[in-house]
Amino acid sequence: MMLLSATYPDSITFVLCAIVVVGGGLGVVLSNNPVRAALNLVMTLFGVAVLFVELSADFLAVVQVIIYAGAIVVLFLFVIMLLGVDKQEKLGSEPLILQRVIAIVVGLAFLGMIIGYGWGNFNSHGSYSVIGVASGGDSGIVELAKATFSYYLLPFEVTSVLLIIAIIGAVVLIARSGPGEDEVKEDISAEIKTDGPKEGHENDVSVSEDKVDEVRSVDFTVGEEQIV
Amino acid sequence: MIFGMDPLFLGHITIGVVIIAAVRVLVAFVVLLVSVMMMIWFERKVISDMQNRIGPNRAGPYGLLQSLADGIKLFFKEDLIPEKSDRFVFKLAPYLATVPAFLTFAVIPVGGNVTVLKHTFELQVADPPIGILFVLALSSIAVYGVMLAGWSSGSKYPLIGSVRASAQMISYEAAISLSVATAVLVSALTKSGINFLSTRAIVGAQASSVLHWNIFEVGIIPFVIFMIAITAETNRPPFDFVEAEQELVGGFNTEYSSIRFALFYLAEFMNTITMSAIAVTLFLGGPDGPGFHFLTWLWPILWFAGKTLVFLFCYVWVRAALPRLRYDQLMDLGWKFLIPISLGWLLIVAAMRMPTTTKDIFIAFGVILVLCILSGVFLWRTINVGKERTLSKENMKLADSNQGRLIVDEIDIVGGRIIPLPGLAEIDDDDENNEMTDSSVISSSHLDMDSVEIETAGDEK
Amino acid sequence: MSVDLSYYLILAAVLFTIGLIGLLVRRNVLVMLMCVELMLNASNLTFVAFASKLKDVGGQADVFFVLVVAAAEVVVGLAIIVSIYRKRLGATADDLSSLKG
Repeated sequence: MMLLSATYPDSITFVLCAIVVVGGGLGVVLSNNPVRAALNLVMTLFGVAVLFVELSADFLAVVQVIIYAGAIVVLFLFVIMLLGVDKQEKLGSEPLILQRVIAIVVGLAFLGMIIGYGWGNFNSHGSYSVIGVASGGDSGIVELAKATFSYYLLPFEVTSVLLIIAIIGAVVLIARSGPGEDEVKEDISAEIKTDGPKEGHENDVSVSEDKVDEVRSVDFTVGEEQIV
Repeated sequence: MIFGMDPLFLGHITIGVVIIAAVRVLVAFVVLLVSVMMMIWFERKVISDMQNRIGPNRAGPYGLLQSLADGIKLFFKEDLIPEKSDRFVFKLAPYLATVPAFLTFAVIPVGGNVTVLKHTFELQVADPPIGILFVLALSSIAVYGVMLAGWSSGSKYPLIGSVRASAQMISYEAAISLSVATAVLVSALTKSGINFLSTRAIVGAQASSVLHWNIFEVGIIPFVIFMIAITAETNRPPFDFVEAEQELVGGFNTEYSSIRFALFYLAEFMNTITMSAIAVTLFLGGPDGPGFHFLTWLWPILWFAGKTLVFLFCYVWVRAALPRLRYDQLMDLGWKFLIPISLGWLLIVAAMRMPTTTKDIFIAFGVILVLCILSGVFLWRTINVGKERTLSKENMKLADSNQGRLIVDEIDIVGGRIIPLPGLAEIDDDDENNEMTDSSVISSSHLDMDSVEIETAGDEK
Repeated sequence: MSVDLSYYLILAAVLFTIGLIGLLVRRNVLVMLMCVELMLNASNLTFVAFASKLKDVGGQADVFFVLVVAAAEVVVGLAIIVSIYRKRLGATADDLSSLKG
């Protein structure tokens, strides 16, 4: 199991991680339950983290675990549990004809294109160590910090702005309107309902009626019953 | 390089080295298990002392073997898996809770260097160069055990417990990280080395004097924040919303029984111990302390164990003394108080350590920032208090206008003598409606149409 | 001697393709976001592999930024899902058709 002049431990680590990464990725796509998909995503993330250690990027491996596994996927799970959308999904039905076939064909063609192009033209002749040498006893944390806060200072600041924007955007999107506004909205919807047939809203109500029994949240069912 | 600065791995890897490494792992495992058992006994004893009870005193001398007896009892109980549960995740969750608790202990330096059979090694299972980040990573993984246990049970209260757990543990992670960053910053600047994230280097930077311990170097505040945050992170009282008995039956582990429940119990107490050990390592110099010239290897271990024991006692003390917070109070404390203060404190500490030429500017900047944050927090509080007052005034008005109806409704119950509580009238009203709709739903599905009419009448009100 | 760079690149390409196909095939918006995460991870792996090959810390710094972008993306994406779910009672891509004429 030697992969091109690699030692046995390295090769075995790589193969195991590759299995975990690809298996987790397939699990995300193929699992019919969002929570299972999230767990498979965690598996992939851990595989990638171990590969980072293998590539002597210890710091990034730990950051990957802290941010991805510790925050992002937990956020996913939190939303899944909060909304109660953790029910099984029917993967068999597909409303668009040939959607899957075409998607898979496109994806595989993309993969073939990358690998095929890389196979012929692969020679890494980038210049070595432009930003800084990734080495040293501290797993390159000092070099990484120097690069981040000097060479990449502008991108660093821009990402901080991006985070602020994301936070504000999330708060604006999530923030519940006050109790008064809620009442107004309900009234409007009730009026529209009683006014008579308006096509768009008819559709809406019929869709939501279908799903009322599937929904866990008590708030929504009560609201629907009142409107109907 | 992965092994860090451990002198054991500097030479050739021989059979002896491997055996020593394996024995180290085994000893750490066994010591941790035994200390968990002792911790459970200790907690029960101290709590019962504080509550004027006797506590466990049957199994073994002073009831020392009580946790062993409990463990055996749990082990032989029937292992139930709820029908609605997600079986695989349900079985996986206890291990996800326990393994991070064990692994965290691996990077904690328990003592100094020891030489056995010409092999010098550290009293620490592993000393990776990113040790303290490893701890943070594991504490962020620890949430999975609780979350998935609650979700996979397929039951209402465990699900609420796990949703609470995820929000709570993510929130307090930020405060933990910021206070840890303060300690790491101070240590790294005290002793310039390359491995400034390794736990042993952090301990090494605090050696030689009590005044060099990080608790004084960082100026106590990050230490206090760290203690509060890890109490929340380990779901200990007064932050035990995840398993609040009075609110959630038993919380995330309601549906668990037998050995799986024992594993959660184990993980909780093990987290308590390892988090105390991390607090000792980060802020109290770890195994640092005066010793004698004989048995030099022993004193650091005793110092470490003693300091950890102080923290464990504090945990139990807090549990006995403080009532549980409300959930919104918990979130307010984390987001509006601990995180801004620890961030501001980190900036100030960093500014204090700047070279003298630019120091003043940075200190001024940090102070201004902290003042801004604090004033923002107070402004927020003021606005909120104002809102609450107006709300309560509005509620009073509502109560007055609804008074007549309330008396009519409740005249049977208390014989006409009703004392309308100002803020509570609204809530009572809601409860009543809910009850009415509930009962009407049940009865309409069973019997008659009268109650449905009552329901619509109630809605019109 | 560690594993050759090309193996990492192939692995990353495979992972990216899995994410891409998943993004195109699945209807659940949550799972679609997870597939985006898979693709970002594939790009991270490529960055770190090149950083290791070229002995250049720049690749690692890039991963740092990708992580931040991923976090921001997930935060906003999940907020959108929650606000849609409040109105629609469904979190699949087929429920997002209110802009249809």
